[in-house]
Amino acid sequence: MNYRWDWSVLIREPYIDWLWSGLLLTLAISILSWAVALTIGIVVGVARSAPSRVARLLAGIYIDVFRSVPPLVQLFLWYFVLPEIVPDGVGLWLKRDLPYPEIVTAVVAIGLFAGARVAEQVRAGIEAVGAPLLPAALATGLRPLQAFRLIALPLGLRAIVGPLTSEFLITIKLSSLSLTIGVLELTAQSRHVENYTFQGFEAFTFATVGYLVIGLCATGLMRLIDGRIGGASLRKATT
Amino acid sequence: MIVLDDVHKSYGPQHILRGCSAEIRLGEVVVVCGPSGSGKSTLIKCINGLVPFERGTITVDGVSVSSPKTDLPALRSRIGMVFQSFELYPHMTALQNVSLAQIHVLRRSQKEADERSAKILTRVGLGDKLGQRPSQLSGGQQQRVSIARALAMNPQAMLFDEPTSALDPEMINEVLEVMQELALEGMTMIVVTHEMGFAQRVADRVLFMDRGEIVEDTPKEQFFTAPASERARQFLKQVLTH
Ligand SMILES: Nc1ncnc2c1ncn2[C@@H]1O[C@H](COP(=O)(O)OP(=O)(O)O)[C@@H](O)[C@H]1O
Ligand SMILES: [Mg+2]
Repeated sequence: MNYRWDWSVLIREPYIDWLWSGLLLTLAISILSWAVALTIGIVVGVARSAPSRVARLLAGIYIDVFRSVPPLVQLFLWYFVLPEIVPDGVGLWLKRDLPYPEIVTAVVAIGLFAGARVAEQVRAGIEAVGAPLLPAALATGLRPLQAFRLIALPLGLRAIVGPLTSEFLITIKLSSLSLTIGVLELTAQSRHVENYTFQGFEAFTFATVGYLVIGLCATGLMRLIDGRIGGASLRKATT
Repeated sequence: MIVLDDVHKSYGPQHILRGCSAEIRLGEVVVVCGPSGSGKSTLIKCINGLVPFERGTITVDGVSVSSPKTDLPALRSRIGMVFQSFELYPHMTALQNVSLAQIHVLRRSQKEADERSAKILTRVGLGDKLGQRPSQLSGGQQQRVSIARALAMNPQAMLFDEPTSALDPEMINEVLEVMQELALEGMTMIVVTHEMGFAQRVADRVLFMDRGEIVEDTPKEQFFTAPASERARQFLKQVLTH
């Protein structure tokens, strides 16, 4: 192989700027879609554990649909199809006035997909760790909603912080899909550098290390929280 | 004070309680025993409405447990319950476990509740464990926290479902002592247990259950010296020789 290595692309203008902006964008999309995923996941996961049959059914449909359709397809649906099928005014707004439309769409699409997976974890946590304590809570005179809010939900959420780490990592990796709708995140910028300099190996090494560092930070953060709240001992209690 | 009248309960095709009737008077201590699977847990969970039943009535102080008009949470707050496996909230300290329902059911202030919790935990011998999580406590200590959690609500009666069955032998007594003290103070108690020593010391009456029926309901002296049914005799022979 007669590839000519030249690591200096990684510190030369403008490539260094491209790569850094890609890294920051990846970080931003990851964090924002994770926030969406957590919010959706908790709401839908709670609905999935609710006494109301309608709520459980709707939440179940959400989870099944969003977990089953490939995230890339979902991204295309939100970006290309949605503006065409909503009323004209809304479609026009989506195409013309929505700020950073690609980024917002990517955050929403990835967040909704990951949210379905988080919801399933939330449901499982409530069912396995939170719900078994409901009779004891009810026996003290707490009303069902209070028992759920004060005991089953916080316990269920504490128990799943560890398992949620891999959902967080999946969300980070999914951010690279957004390049397909034109978001210049880390993977896109690496290709960009490759196209200009033919130094693809160096650019993608940068991307690899970037994803690795973000992923390790996410893992460390989740582990720290899990340790703080004693999640591991809660999970052990159920087995 | 607690009256059960012809209570029937089924899980699917399984007829678990087959017409149970009994009356527990104020200040009485009633021990419920019988083979495993005979419906003891189901019966006492019917009393505070944790398990719904199809037929018959249960009243607590004249209030029907199964009537849709009854404020069930309010009724439950007046009956303490202690479970076999403690069922403490693992993410809270002993103090928080005992304070929670005082704050959210009795609307006591945090300070008021914590003061009362500390007092009761001290009474059950855990004054130095207020800040411990359940996982940092022994089984006997956890069960005493659970008793304290129930007592903190100033209950009119206490239900115990095999409170010592999950404990190592050396911890059984510390829990039984707390229960015995309660009984001496005049607490109305229904205790599912196989601790026949406790029954002999503390109980006024013994209910013997078998296959969903209350086979015997007799004063304790009679139960231990001259049980009326063959099934109770068999059962006694088994538990007393262990
Ligand atoms: N939630 C339930 N669903 C189905 N069957 C149950 C349930 N709870 C108890 N049972 C059945 O009811 C019977 C009596 O159980 P239980 O009241 O726990 O007995 P005991 O406390 O005397 O050992 C058992 O046969 C048990 O399998
Ligand atoms: Mg039982």
